[in-house]
Amino acid sequence: MNAAAGRDKPECIRIADADPGALFPAGLEYNPPARGMWNIVHTGMLVPEAQEIFCCAQGCLRGVILTAAEMFELDRMSWISVSESDMFDGTLESDIVDGTAEIIHKLGRRPPVVLLYLSCIHLFAGVDFGSVIERLSEQFPDITFVDCYMTPTMRTTVSPVMKMSAQIYGALKPLPLNDKAVGLVGSDRAADEDSELVKMIRSSGRKLYDIAYCKSFEEYLQMAEAAVNISTIPTGFLAGEELERRFGAKHLHLPARYEYEALKANYSRLCEALGIDTPDFSDDIAAAEQALCEAKQVIGDTPIAIDYTAVTRPFEFALLLVRHGFNVRYVIADTAAGEEEAFGELASLVPELLIYSAVNVNMINMPEREHEHILAVGQKAAHYFSSDNFVNIIVNGGYYGFAGIAKIAGLMREAHLEPKDRAGLLRLKGMGCASCLL
Amino acid sequence: MKNVSRIIPCYAADTSGVCSALYELGGMTVVHDASGCNSTYSTHDEPRWTRMRSNIFISALTEIDAIMGNDERLISDAVSAAADRRPAFIAVCGSPMPMMTGVDFDAVAAEIESRSGIRTLALHTNGTRSYIEGASEAFEAVIREYAKECPRCGGTGVNILGMTPLDFPLGSDASVRKWLGENGLRYVSNPGMGGSLGEISRAASASVNLVVSEAGAAAARYMKETFGIPYVYGVPYGKRFAAKLAEHLKAVAGGADLPPFVNPSDGFEDADTVVIGESVSAGSLSAALWADLRMLPKPMCTLPSHRFFSRHTGGEISAEEDIEACLADMKPKTVIADPLYKYVVPEGTRLIPLPHFGFSGRCFERDMKALINTDIKEFFE
Repeated sequence: MNAAAGRDKPECIRIADADPGALFPAGLEYNPPARGMWNIVHTGMLVPEAQEIFCCAQGCLRGVILTAAEMFELDRMSWISVSESDMFDGTLESDIVDGTAEIIHKLGRRPPVVLLYLSCIHLFAGVDFGSVIERLSEQFPDITFVDCYMTPTMRTTVSPVMKMSAQIYGALKPLPLNDKAVGLVGSDRAADEDSELVKMIRSSGRKLYDIAYCKSFEEYLQMAEAAVNISTIPTGFLAGEELERRFGAKHLHLPARYEYEALKANYSRLCEALGIDTPDFSDDIAAAEQALCEAKQVIGDTPIAIDYTAVTRPFEFALLLVRHGFNVRYVIADTAAGEEEAFGELASLVPELLIYSAVNVNMINMPEREHEHILAVGQKAAHYFSSDNFVNIIVNGGYYGFAGIAKIAGLMREAHLEPKDRAGLLRLKGMGCASCLL
Repeated sequence: MKNVSRIIPCYAADTSGVCSALYELGGMTVVHDASGCNSTYSTHDEPRWTRMRSNIFISALTEIDAIMGNDERLISDAVSAAADRRPAFIAVCGSPMPMMTGVDFDAVAAEIESRSGIRTLALHTNGTRSYIEGASEAFEAVIREYAKECPRCGGTGVNILGMTPLDFPLGSDASVRKWLGENGLRYVSNPGMGGSLGEISRAASASVNLVVSEAGAAAARYMKETFGIPYVYGVPYGKRFAAKLAEHLKAVAGGADLPPFVNPSDGFEDADTVVIGESVSAGSLSAALWADLRMLPKPMCTLPSHRFFSRHTGGEISAEEDIEACLADMKPKTVIADPLYKYVVPEGTRLIPLPHFGFSGRCFERDMKALINTDIKEFFE
């Protein structure tokens, strides 16, 4: 029986009945306790030696400060709180400048870069962020100040995650472009070394830059020499575009895909940009097929749920699995943007597949409902379907290409055989970051 | 600058105070804020989130709704969610953006109530104040709404006011109830932890209210004015102080003309120990340290507090620079405080860690100490 029947705003819908352009109506939102996704604090900490300074109301500060505390980075986090009177007494901008200056003087060290975050209320009040940065740069010429944004209210115009993924390169200075250097940008985790993408770049004799590898600010600055920058996830797109605008480095957006022809097309574009021959991917495809086949043999007809935090194209990934005989029963996602083709095909192959909203208020009791045993791909799927058998990855896990498909298939097989400590893993913020909760 | 912090965290904000206070009462709390902003509360300010479900939701405010003043979306979404969730009541509260745009929460609440037929409370948070202020308004609102005149219960009935997990480890409600029972006092209600609306409806049958944090003070004052129920501040920490507090409660309940504080032994001018934290907790612990261990402490109140508790430091001290300066000036031998205060404790001063969820969130949750009606010697000597 469909538990959502009779609801004012049902939390799920059959894919055959769903409009990929508008899966669920907007409404109040619930926040499930699955904490693996990164936030703008985690991302900012990728900039080596950077000091993060947040300027916002206490309610907004709390989450970012404790993010830093949990990852043992409190000494790289400072803040300026905004009170009600600050909004109206004309001190909004001067408070940011004076507060930042005071913090820098008190730090006891000179950070090479300060990531200065303003919030929704500053933008709404029309704060001249450019002038704030200018005044601070005049006071502290040895420090690079980068404008950063904690503006979730503005998410439909400036997604905070996408913007932050771009701003972490804000402290780069122009260098002569080096044709023998390529950057992977806009992702919070290093790309898998076994992916064809990384292998092709390395075997072409090029140097590969990735902020996740940078250990010092000096190393970080070298990234500006990359003549080509590649983004592989949707939220990384702006980073590549900005670097192209600022430095003239060519941006290639080669999104992680779960469709072989699309992957081949990505690689053709890469080879063209690098001026190398397109390799034969037959062995890589065969390895992916083999891994999927082996996973299917182990998993059998166990129902599968996939959530949008695990893979950036959950419907395309579901389609790949369905084509290989897997019993994909559920997808948790609030949008199918950019996946309309896979969505349509999936709807025709598995019309009964249910799409669940990740934030609908009626999802709150989902874990307590009776479920068949599910193999979950992603933390939200694990939470909502109360499954300890889950693939614990976010944002494709850093995997990419045919090798990535093979690895995720392997993780599914492993997850099916070995249950995990769901509560213990889902509570950790920012997958891959240090945590005081461990 | 008073609003600047180089390193120490800030306390949970007023919106979290509202959500925490109302968590167990079967209502639906709607915070008018952007999508994702509820993760701060559910991750860092609410240890019950994974163990007990509660209808706490965010309105997912967008830029265009804020600019256009589209309160209709908040109203209709709340009514829709209420139709699905069927809460006992609805509470709506605000965050910084609604403060800027001047959302009229009283009108919003009236509209939601009119359309849903469910009692709706407006709470006037804006995300710039502490959880004490938010919880205080929420506790007072539910007491005003649901506590009704009723005959006194037999024995000495007690309401526990101001208890939330932001100040007290989970299980503290049971510890206080046990202590009440052991001292011949009768538990009536505890709106913040372990309570229910049914209990609140009988709250006026109590003879005395126990205010365990400043968040319960406004509700206590209201009950004194409305029902004539006196109140006493205090948390039954330790053994001797817990016993003294029980005696004080009984005396006040019996009509004795006593101040709402146990005695002035919560602090000493020549103190060599400072207890930093929420005022009633810090004051009570100071009193317990003297009563049980003959230590010479005084509280430093870093949150809104009654003058009785903050008098030792000349008022509340909340800015990092003031806390640092005050400690440097006092040069105490010992500071008892949340571990994240370590950054401002003077060199040579011993820090005894006392994790406070409203300050460090989950960071030291597993090290939180149960100090109610128990021997505190092992923790502090």
